[in-house]
Amino acid sequence: MKKLVMGLAGAATLALAMAGSAQAADKTKVCFMHVGPITDGGWTQAHHQGMEEMAAHFGDKVETAYVENVPEGPQATAVIERLARQKCALIFTTSFGFMDPTLEVAAKFPDVKFEHATGYKTAANVTSYNSRFYEGRYILGQIAAKVSKTGVAGYIASFPIPEVVQGINSFVLGAQTVNPDFKLKVVWVNTWHDAGKEADAAKVLIDQGVDILTQHTDSTAPIQVASERGVYAFGQALDMIEAGPETQLTAIIDSWGAYYTKRVQAVMDGTWESQSTWDGLVDGILTMAPYTNMPDDVKAMAEATEAAIIAGELHPFTGPINKQDGTPWLADGEVAEDGPLLGMNFYVEGVDDQLPQ
Amino acid sequence: MTYLSPLIGLGLAVIAGSIMFTFLGKPPLAALYAYFIEPISELWSVHELLIKAAPLILMGAGLCVCYLSNNWNIGAEGQMVIGGMAGSILPVMFPEVVGPFLLPAMIIMGTLGGMAYAAIPALLKTKFKTNEILTSLMLVYIAQLFLDWTIRGPWRNPEGLNFPETRRFDAAARIPEMMPMDGRANWGFVIAIVVAIAIWVLMSRTMKGFQVKVIGASPRAARFAGFDDKKMVFFAFLIAGATAGLAGIIEVSGATGQMLPTISPGYGFTAIIVAFLGRLNPIGAIVAGLVLALTFLGGENAQVVLGVPDKAARVFQGLILFFVLACDTLILYKVRLAFGAAAPAKGGA
Amino acid sequence: MGITEAILLTIATAATPLLIAAIGELVVERSGVLNLGVEGMMVLGAVGGFAAMSLTGNPWIGVVAAIAMGALAALAFGFLTLSLAANQVATGLSLTILGLGLSGLLGVEFVGKAGTKLENISIPVLSDIPLVGPLLFGQDPIFYMSIALVIGVSWFLFRTRPGLTLRSIGDNHVSAHALGIPVLRYRYLAVMFGGACAGLAGGHLSLVYTPVWIENMSAGRGWIALALVVFASWRPARVLAGAYLFGAVSIGQLHAQALGIAIPSQFLTALPYVATIVVLVLISQNVRATLINTPAMLGRAFVPDR
Repeated sequence: MKKLVMGLAGAATLALAMAGSAQAADKTKVCFMHVGPITDGGWTQAHHQGMEEMAAHFGDKVETAYVENVPEGPQATAVIERLARQKCALIFTTSFGFMDPTLEVAAKFPDVKFEHATGYKTAANVTSYNSRFYEGRYILGQIAAKVSKTGVAGYIASFPIPEVVQGINSFVLGAQTVNPDFKLKVVWVNTWHDAGKEADAAKVLIDQGVDILTQHTDSTAPIQVASERGVYAFGQALDMIEAGPETQLTAIIDSWGAYYTKRVQAVMDGTWESQSTWDGLVDGILTMAPYTNMPDDVKAMAEATEAAIIAGELHPFTGPINKQDGTPWLADGEVAEDGPLLGMNFYVEGVDDQLPQ
Repeated sequence: MTYLSPLIGLGLAVIAGSIMFTFLGKPPLAALYAYFIEPISELWSVHELLIKAAPLILMGAGLCVCYLSNNWNIGAEGQMVIGGMAGSILPVMFPEVVGPFLLPAMIIMGTLGGMAYAAIPALLKTKFKTNEILTSLMLVYIAQLFLDWTIRGPWRNPEGLNFPETRRFDAAARIPEMMPMDGRANWGFVIAIVVAIAIWVLMSRTMKGFQVKVIGASPRAARFAGFDDKKMVFFAFLIAGATAGLAGIIEVSGATGQMLPTISPGYGFTAIIVAFLGRLNPIGAIVAGLVLALTFLGGENAQVVLGVPDKAARVFQGLILFFVLACDTLILYKVRLAFGAAAPAKGGA
Repeated sequence: MGITEAILLTIATAATPLLIAAIGELVVERSGVLNLGVEGMMVLGAVGGFAAMSLTGNPWIGVVAAIAMGALAALAFGFLTLSLAANQVATGLSLTILGLGLSGLLGVEFVGKAGTKLENISIPVLSDIPLVGPLLFGQDPIFYMSIALVIGVSWFLFRTRPGLTLRSIGDNHVSAHALGIPVLRYRYLAVMFGGACAGLAGGHLSLVYTPVWIENMSAGRGWIALALVVFASWRPARVLAGAYLFGAVSIGQLHAQALGIAIPSQFLTALPYVATIVVLVLISQNVRATLINTPAMLGRAFVPDR
């Protein structure tokens, strides 16, 4: 017993000493706060990988810390403040529900830089950043319409928030460029990660005749089901090719690493400024997994679309586009502005579903 | 011995936790320091402790009344949710209504909401003899889903870009902070302490409290004494529901300032543990509420400072609860043996 | 295989983990013990099963590990609530906290790894019967276990002497003790059986349902299992019916959505809980049935006087 205590004490002293030396002044401390576990296989894991990429890029020059599984609401405020007080120079908060808590703490710590993902409010020391996931989903729609034999795709959706609605609309618009009669079945599972429920939704959709699955949830369960049932699917947030080597056509990969590296560099250089960024394929914040399991002509089409979006020649939300009920939304050639997209709460024409209220 | 047993439990948990931290490659003493000491070594962090402790203390104290009278209400989480919703009706649906009466009205409505929801299992128990453990638990899920639907549907902020949250409350609808210069803690904590002490007085100094204990310890003796069993069921559930509703509106109007699809990270369930760690004594609930709040805060701090994963923090919390519960009953068990059958109604329904 | 068979199979997969966990908890509650830690034991079973499968490559070893994990967690619960007479509600909740944390910690290595699914066992000829063939004879091994468990538990509780004894302990542990029945030994075995079942249910999640390990992958199914036990008024056959009804509602809800019929999903999700309360009220009305089925000692600690 005594030995154990002494051993523990020794180890602790050593560690405290090490912790002390790690706090060297020339290091930039970059911190993250996540809503899910860093091993969720999707959203949070992608952010965590981004952090690791950034840390690998800077090596000794940065120090990182993160807090996972933080509930949205007042608990988040306490965690952000703790990060700010622990000398984090730059703090990334990676869930929509952290927006107001981030602003609240930022007001108290004007010297600390904050970046909040997927929100819409900013401040002098708070940047808002997001990714144009819908660009990738447009390409998925095109591929789906080409590859599908039944002409119906299934969409496993999480919650009816603008980002998800954007994705559904963009997917349908992409598909319509190939097959104007393409149909999309949407199932809302009301969760970001419940592998079982996602698998259920996948089975249900396949039973109802879809032969392509896409998802806006975290787990690889839908791809596993698709692979068992012999239909195709798209990965989400991460490259999920391992879950279905012969099933995944491509995946929309959240590549936050480049963005994080860029922003940390700005802090080091003293050039960090508050902004509201909504980056896309062109900035590398969003990348497409290799196009696999599809004929060459489909692959060529997907690559061409990707190139056109990157070149700025193609915007998925370009008129003429009608709303679901047939009322005009965008005139011919008109490109949607970011504001309406960020608050999108309606379907475009051709979506065969009712948007939950 | 009575005061020593939780410390022994804590000590054992600390040893087990140290072994776990060592396995994880984290220095145990530094981890323990980050867990227990650092969070209360700074004033702002103490404020956060009070914010977290307030709902735990409130509901823990309320649940004491339930458990002492053999009413197994485990639905405080749901009663808290409904209380938060009832209290938010004014600031969400009638945002133009502001004035000095607004906050008191919200607090009263929140309390009543919690009481009304707690009355359901009480009614089912008295009228239909339905097992309250199960009904109160089921009602938690119903309340959570109802809240989720309300926030994503009718109560969604019209200016919030369709995200699932209500409009932010006006300053008049917020419980003010006690010392805004030092931290965020609001007067909700003081309310919690006052309520807990009031319940303690009720239980230890009044006839009603005596009745509660007699009914809990020996229902037959209570019947001979002419105490009304059914009234007592309602009394206990309404007290617990009131504290839960109050906790809900304090959380919403104090720390949060708006309604979200979830308003509690499981405070209502944690409060059950608080009530037992506090030995079903409202004053004990104050201490236990503070300790449990510290384990949450400590877990966050250990993540930030040492990179101890969140999962390890939860395991440690579970270990603390296990060991303290184990040691506690060990001690109380001896007490019971010494005093015979009429000793505290602990550990039994 | 037609669409009806496919739908039935989907429902069976969704119902099986609920059924197994609920059958286990039913035995626990029949003995007079309330273990609210089903969720924690289930998620430990899921991680244990996946880890063992991943390390050995054999999903059957995974099944054994899942069962062992659950039983071990239940043993800890039993020690506190039975030997030390700690409060069952508080201990069960603590067990859930511990289980969710510990499973996350144990599972770190296995996140994102592809799993080997426990293969289906098709019984020749029988599985070709239209409609019910694939459902009853072309399923995964844990499905067969779930049905065997329902039959076995039903037989044990109502057709054997130890089963009768177990029920009598649940109804009145003091008299049982007076009759010389080893109350705590029975309860220990019941609690561990419940844990083993919860572990197996978790194993179904990570070895059959979705062969992958994800933190918190039980996603509330342990709590639903608890509700099912009550919904079934502590009768094994009704647990079977309840689990499949629940599975049918949740899968039917998804089908309705895919057909374009919009129903607020929160209301459908709440339905089983409302139904449970209604059933509770109904069975409480029938005093005789209540006396027969409800373990009167549910949640009460037993301390033998010495």
